[in-house]
Formats: sequence, structure tokens, C-alpha cells
Amino acid sequence: MADIAALEKICSQTRRDIVRMVHAVQSGHPGGSLGCTEYFVSLFHHIMDHNASDFDMDGKNEDLFFLSNGHISPVYYSVLSRAGYFPLEELNTFRKLNTRLQGHPTTHEGLPGVRIASGSLGQGLSVAIGAALSKKQNKDPKTVFSLHGDGELQEGQIWEAALYAPANKVDNLIMTIDANGQQIDGSTDDVLAMGSLAAKFEAFGWTVLHIENGNDVAQVVTGLEEAKAHTGKGKPVCVIMKTAMGAGVDFMEGTHEWHGIAPSDEQLSNALSQLEETMGDY
Amino acid sequence: MKKYIDTGAKDTRSGFGAGLAELGETNEAVVALCADLTGSLKMDAFKKAHPDRFYQVGIAEANMMGIAAGLTIGGKIPFTGTFANFSTGRVYDQIRQSIAYSGKNVKICASHAGLTLGEDGATHQILEDLGLMKMLPGMTVINTCDYNQTKAATIAIAEFEGPVYLRFGRPKVPNFTAADQKFEIGKAVMLQEGSDVTIAATGHLVWKALEAAEHLAAMGISAEVLNYHTIKPLDEKALLKSLAKTGALVSAEEHQIAGGLGESLAGVLSRNFPAPQEFVAVNDSFGESGTPDQLLEKYGLSTDKIVEAAQKAVARK
Repeated sequence: MADIAALEKICSQTRRDIVRMVHAVQSGHPGGSLGCTEYFVSLFHHIMDHNASDFDMDGKNEDLFFLSNGHISPVYYSVLSRAGYFPLEELNTFRKLNTRLQGHPTTHEGLPGVRIASGSLGQGLSVAIGAALSKKQNKDPKTVFSLHGDGELQEGQIWEAALYAPANKVDNLIMTIDANGQQIDGSTDDVLAMGSLAAKFEAFGWTVLHIENGNDVAQVVTGLEEAKAHTGKGKPVCVIMKTAMGAGVDFMEGTHEWHGIAPSDEQLSNALSQLEETMGDY
Repeated sequence: MKKYIDTGAKDTRSGFGAGLAELGETNEAVVALCADLTGSLKMDAFKKAHPDRFYQVGIAEANMMGIAAGLTIGGKIPFTGTFANFSTGRVYDQIRQSIAYSGKNVKICASHAGLTLGEDGATHQILEDLGLMKMLPGMTVINTCDYNQTKAATIAIAEFEGPVYLRFGRPKVPNFTAADQKFEIGKAVMLQEGSDVTIAATGHLVWKALEAAEHLAAMGISAEVLNYHTIKPLDEKALLKSLAKTGALVSAEEHQIAGGLGESLAGVLSRNFPAPQEFVAVNDSFGESGTPDQLLEKYGLSTDKIVEAAQKAVARK
């Protein structure tokens, strides 16, 4: 059983990390990071079986995670660090010269926890499929998770991968779509309406599950546990998770305006006043 | 003069197929992916012997590159197979981010490169791929000359840790390198010693360079022939050693001048040993339909053109 209250405390601290990191360098992507906080915290602190203290690129007999929408690196870095992949102080180096915490995640600087570079959108699902196939080759029973923005689904490669996985019964794979309905130029409906994602993925042959409120830890945990229960049944699993961009900070929530801008000093104070410091700031 | 024997016309892609089939038996980590061109890439033998290690991805090259990158996580050595055009330009961003920048051990194997693809025409005749791939940090770029060398290179790159682009072609061409010659990545092969001019050739033009050397010898010009099967990392020492002797260079390749082997060699000369250089390569042009020989003739990649270039280079000394 998940300790929901404990996970909520980690979420609050993660949100503090996100806004502080982005504020410190006056750049980065707080909106999507805040919206996906419950997902990352649930995954790394409850759902996945993974080895944070002794990172191994091959990750044999571990669950693996791939972030396809790499711009939400602040939440990824905060959660990796607080899960034990690298020292917490390193969050101070985010986006600064010589950092391992590049603007978009990369293996290039050897940051433990990251297994692929991402940032140019649409590539992570293919990579996750490859890692899932590698697990099957190795008779490794663990699961591969991937996260994608909904706007990212406008990239064509996603649909090549979406076609491949069910056709080849890649059933040790759980992709999650961060359905916040927002992208840089506005709402996804305004920029390029995608219609029913559930109908599309079902038609492609995926098992489609829903998390109605991706900013409710209990719902995220239940949804991901349900997804895990659907692995190994001949179909890949797609979780459509509704979130609010900027969730947890009232003036950032529900708008694409905070996709890629940093808060001012005053806005940072305001944000932090809404987020309890539960584990100690980095 | 050393005499090279053409032991029979064979296509370089069959050398790849044979090398891959051998790897199937000797290296369990090797897996292969193909985007609906299994027959064209001669991957059938591997597929038949190891269906569980062969991935048919369909006409979806971007997805193929991503899956290949993912397969390395867990220790697999993926070999992707499609035409050179679809192995590079079509999937450049996927290779750049998921393979090169991520440092993944993927072997991008590309057939039907250059004009000698023939009748299909310019849409399929990529002449920019060496340039595209050599610009990527950390990418090893190889262009083999015959069946035996392609087979040896295929086997060698499996042992090498890191992303590799292996380029070969469609038509049957003379097979003249020794079947047991070990392939050393990054080491140019001295094929013919000479003293008046160096011909540095890659891919299908290596045989033509040897033919040109014979013609030149009859004219009293002694040509040294180097087989630059590896474009990157470039064997700078071999070039400088040869140029110290000959003082003039001809580069020969089935590629655009821009971005090709000749351009890389010119950089070495300008930094170390300025000397006249003539380029036998396609000059800022797309190809067109025709037979391989007709196209090589029309676009200036024939034996005669190498001879002319050598005469020019010598005259400029």
C-alpha cells in the first residue's frame, strides 16, 4: 500500500525545487514540470523497482523510465535527486555551465538516472520500445515506462512507434500521456486539434487507461498500478493522464503562459508560500 | 607495379549480408533491424537463422533509429539496415539526439549509396550522407570498396564500442581486397606505392583509382593509391606521409565535393602541408536515372577523370 500522505509531502518539496531551480537561472520549463509532479513522485517513490544508489545504464532487472518531453527536466532532476541518484546540492547547477543537469536531459555528461537524451520531441516512445524489446531478449521481466506531452504527439515518429508496439506485442511497456491540453502557442485544440487520443490509441491496438486527475497522488498511484496489472497481456499500455499545467502554484495553473518562463523574485516568494517545505530545500 | 586481381564481380551489400550472417553465429548481442528492405540489404540469411533477433519495423525509419537506440540499453548491438538516403537525411535528428548525442552503440548500415544506385534516380541517390554523418560528434564513418572489405568491416564494427555509419552500395563491382585482410577502423590502406601523386579514394572509386594508376604509369607518372575506407576518424598520418613523398593529391569518391572525403583531406593539408589537390567527386549536383557506368561517366567519376585529375595535380606542383 502506498503511503499517500508521504508521497504528497515529496510532491510539495518537488514543487519547491522546480520553482527555485527555474528562478535561479531565470530559464527552464516550470509549467509541465509542476503538472507532472504527482506522476514522477509516484513512479520513482512507489511504482518502479529501480536502483538509484548504483546506477547502471543497462538497467537489467530494473524497471526503466524514459522522458520523451525532455523540457520538463526540472521535475525529473528533482525527483531523481531526491530518490538518491545524485547529490541534492547538484540541483544548484541546473542549466549552468559545466553542469550535468543540462537544459534538456542527456546521457552525455553522465548524469545517473538518465538513459537517453531528449528534448527534440517525439523520439522517446521508439527508444522505450527498443528498451522493452531488449528486456524481452534478456528474459528480463521488468517494465519500461515512458512519459510524453500531449502536444508532442503531433510529431510523426510517435505514430510510427504507436503502430509498431501493438503489432509486435510489446506488452512490457507503459506509456503515459501528460494530457494538459496546452502547448507553447496555446491550447492543443487551437494549435492542432488531435480529437480523441483514447480512440486513436485503441484503434492502433493499445490498452488505454485513464487517470482523470493526474494531480491527485492517490489517483496516479491507482492508475499506474492498474497499468502494471495490464502488462504481459499481449498489448502495450497507454495511460492518458489529465493534468493541469502549472499545478500547485495558483497563478501558474491551467495556462500555457508558464510553459517556458521563470518566476520573478516576488513570484517565487508567492509560489513558495503556497508550497510547504517538507524535506528541506536543496 | 603491384597487380590487383578482380576475383569476380560482387556487390558490397552482399558483403554486408555475409558479415551480418557471420555475426549472427559469433556474437549473441548482435540484433538487426530493417525498414522493409531485407532483400535489398541482403539481410535474409541473418533473419532466417535468427528470427528472434531480427526486427522488421516497416517503412518507418525514424522509429527504427529510436528502437535501435533503446535496444542498446540492456547490452544489444543493433545493426539497422536501409538505403543510405533513408539511413541519414531522413532520420538525421533521430540519429543526432537518440544515437550520437546519447552515445549509443548503434551500427547504421546503409546500402544503395551514391550514383551507382542507378535507374531509380536522384530521389534515392544520396550524395550528401558522408558529410551529414561526419559532422556528428563521435560518429565513426566508413565507406567500403568491395565485397571482402565490406564483410570485414561489418564484423569489425560489432567489436567497436560506439555509433558507426557503414556505407556500401548496390551494383556488382570488382572484388579485389584479400578475403582474410583484417579491417582496421581509422587506418588507410596502402594499395600501391608511388612517388609523383597520391590518389586517396573511398568506396567504389578505389578500384577506379587502381585502374587510373596503371594508366598513369604508362604515361610515366607514378601514383600512390590509398584506400580511405574510414572517413572519420581520418588517418591524417597516412596522408601526410604519402604527401611528403608525392607532393600532390587527388581525392576520389562517390559523393558531393561538399562534405566528402576530399574536403576532410583538404583540411589536413591546409593545416599541415599545403599542396595541390584535385577533387574527383560530384560538383554540387543531384544525380539522375541511368546505368551506374553511364552516371559515373556523366558526373565525372570515371577512371579517365581520375587520370586527368592526377595530371593536373602534378602540373600544379
